[in-house]
Amino acid sequence: MASKVIHAYYNDDDVLMHAVKKVKTAKHHIEEVYCPFPVHGLDKAMGLAPTRIAITSFMYGCLGLTVAIVMMNYIMIEDWPQDIGGKPSFSYIENMPAFVPIMFELTVFFAAHLMVITFYLRSKLWPFKKAENPDVRTTDDHFVMEIEIHDNEKELKDLLLDTGAVEINVSEKNLH
Amino acid sequence: MASHYEAPIRRPLVIGDKDYHDVSVDIAAPIEGRANKHWWIVFSISLAAFLWGVGCIVYTISTGIGVWGLNKTVGWAWDITNFVWWVGIGHAGTLISAVLLLFRQKWRMAINRSAEAMTIFSVIQAGLFPVIHMGRVWVGYWVLPIPNQFGSLWVNFNSPLLWDVFAISTYLSVSLVFWYTGLLPDFAMIRDRAVKPFQKKIYSLLSFGWTGRAKDWQRFEEVSLVLAGLATPLVLSVHTIVSFDFATSVIPGWHTTIFPPYFVAGAVFSGFAMVNTLLIIMRKVCHLEAYITVQHIELMNIIIMITGSIVGCAYITELFMAWYSGVEYEQYAFLNRATGPYWWAYWAMMTCNVFSPQFMWFKKLRTSIMFSFFISIVVNIGMWFERFVIIVTSLHRDYLPSSWTMFSPTYVDIGIFVGTLGFFFVLFLLYARTFPVIAQAEVKSILKSSGEKYKKLRDAGQPLYQISKTGVVKEKELVDEVVENIVEEKPSVAPSEKKEVSSLLDSIGTFDASKEMPDDLKKVKGIGPKMEKTLNQIGIFTFAQVSRMTEKEYNLLDSITEAFPGRAQRDDWAGQARKLNNKK
Repeated sequence: MASKVIHAYYNDDDVLMHAVKKVKTAKHHIEEVYCPFPVHGLDKAMGLAPTRIAITSFMYGCLGLTVAIVMMNYIMIEDWPQDIGGKPSFSYIENMPAFVPIMFELTVFFAAHLMVITFYLRSKLWPFKKAENPDVRTTDDHFVMEIEIHDNEKELKDLLLDTGAVEINVSEKNLH
Repeated sequence: MASHYEAPIRRPLVIGDKDYHDVSVDIAAPIEGRANKHWWIVFSISLAAFLWGVGCIVYTISTGIGVWGLNKTVGWAWDITNFVWWVGIGHAGTLISAVLLLFRQKWRMAINRSAEAMTIFSVIQAGLFPVIHMGRVWVGYWVLPIPNQFGSLWVNFNSPLLWDVFAISTYLSVSLVFWYTGLLPDFAMIRDRAVKPFQKKIYSLLSFGWTGRAKDWQRFEEVSLVLAGLATPLVLSVHTIVSFDFATSVIPGWHTTIFPPYFVAGAVFSGFAMVNTLLIIMRKVCHLEAYITVQHIELMNIIIMITGSIVGCAYITELFMAWYSGVEYEQYAFLNRATGPYWWAYWAMMTCNVFSPQFMWFKKLRTSIMFSFFISIVVNIGMWFERFVIIVTSLHRDYLPSSWTMFSPTYVDIGIFVGTLGFFFVLFLLYARTFPVIAQAEVKSILKSSGEKYKKLRDAGQPLYQISKTGVVKEKELVDEVVENIVEEKPSVAPSEKKEVSSLLDSIGTFDASKEMPDDLKKVKGIGPKMEKTLNQIGIFTFAQVSRMTEKEYNLLDSITEAFPGRAQRDDWAGQARKLNNKK
């Protein structure tokens, strides 16, 4: 489905923040904002939900810890217990102090890698992925606010020009 | 806005009248420009050293580690010394990017990228040594906990050497994703600036299609923060576990509980020294003095001073504990270190690591670039000697005086060490030419609070931004927009020639950048790089366009370019282009 969107270009993060607040007060839905660097508070001003990626990381970490415990319990206690340097191997808990380093490393390993993989998948980042920023300047020094048009092109244009947009574009956009 | 406020007492972290676009230009410059002679010279030397090291490694693996200077008393020497030295160097990167991120230190942003690169490259060097030391490297996978054909024989999870395998591989891989995730927006910046199709392709691939949506940035920041939180204990754990390799043994001089914190402080110490060594050169070569300022060097010097003093405390504590423990073997180990046949190594370590960083108490010295560079080299040498002293002096006079001996390295030992130095610099030099060496997106985010331009505005009581209502409405398709930008980069043809250009393009067809790829017009005999540029300016990019040229178009072209009249006819560009186009 193709729809008409308006792209408002800003060249300053403070101006952008003011504009976002103004557009939100005028009850327009901001489809997207493309930025060259993180603008603090933008997500809140746009009304984006907080990200839950840190929670996933915690869960992945728990998974890593479980994997480490299950693996070492099987290998060192159940399958082939050995007397190594007199360290007791009758039960996991007795031998546990020697396993703390690996339990820690695997927790970090799982938490870090699986979180990053989740981030890449959720934000659609992978090799050969085509970039979708509407203008090459959005990775340099321009910020682009994208708003969908519903028979209010004129009104939007006036509003956006009033907020200090340096350039305004109207184009067809294929929704993905 | 309040979020950009910074106390006026803080010195600017970005010097000069820089705005956002200037940051992009400055950081893309080393990538877009060409390597100079110095780069090639240093690269050739490093490559030669690397190849020499490869030769020595091949010789070691094919013959056995008997080619090293090890003997039955000193079973660990340069290999483990080099391993610990390289791992230690690898600690500064994560410390800068993770610990300083948690403490919200803004000065880390100019140096974290290179420090992390250094971390990864040096951990690669470190990893080589245990692998080679295995002797039969082709069965290196036996360190992994995998079921095998010899029955239920597993790896030993009680052994610190196995903990090391897990610690180093976790550290290397987590540092790598931390580094790479931070690189995505910067690769995207390079991608969007690239003019040449090949570069654009490469950087599109590397940037993973980074788009910079608000949601992406939100996640990006959260991921960075969580990774920093994970990497901080990780970096401490890695050298702790490396120190366990020694501390869990019963060798005098190794069997001490002070090892973990002492090793971690030493690692940070040597890592920052190496960061200083690399960045003092890089800021000069890549013209990044405005971003990596004297203040950055000064702050790193202060960290070197503090960690150097911690290391000094540890050395003295070790001596005290040896005396206080009343264990004669322990006492002898330390007496032997300071006054035995390896006294020179011990005192080299003491001078370089404890004494030399104390110069940094003087502001004049710690803000001197030449002096900082000198001390950074001294510290690198000192930290290598520290590991050598710990390892070799504890081993060479063991419990049996009849087996006391000395260690002397063979040329293979030296060759492998020099080889890893070469490999490290090869990687770093390639990195410095192809990667954005400063995290430009992050630098842009602190530009308004810490850039000199904005600090001056704030001091003068002027606003940092103005909302101007002079925007323009452009009714254009986005595809055109992109193409126009590419063409605009080049100096356009004078307006008087516009009419001729359009009539020329009318007859031979126009070039659509969104659908076609430009050809290498230089393949046509008679078209040089200069002529190709001129043709591109006119709008001729493909063989197909050239092949459609007839006498009329040749004359038009001559009148536009005013260079070499009649040349195109003589060389029959159209005929050549037709052939080249068919071959494509």
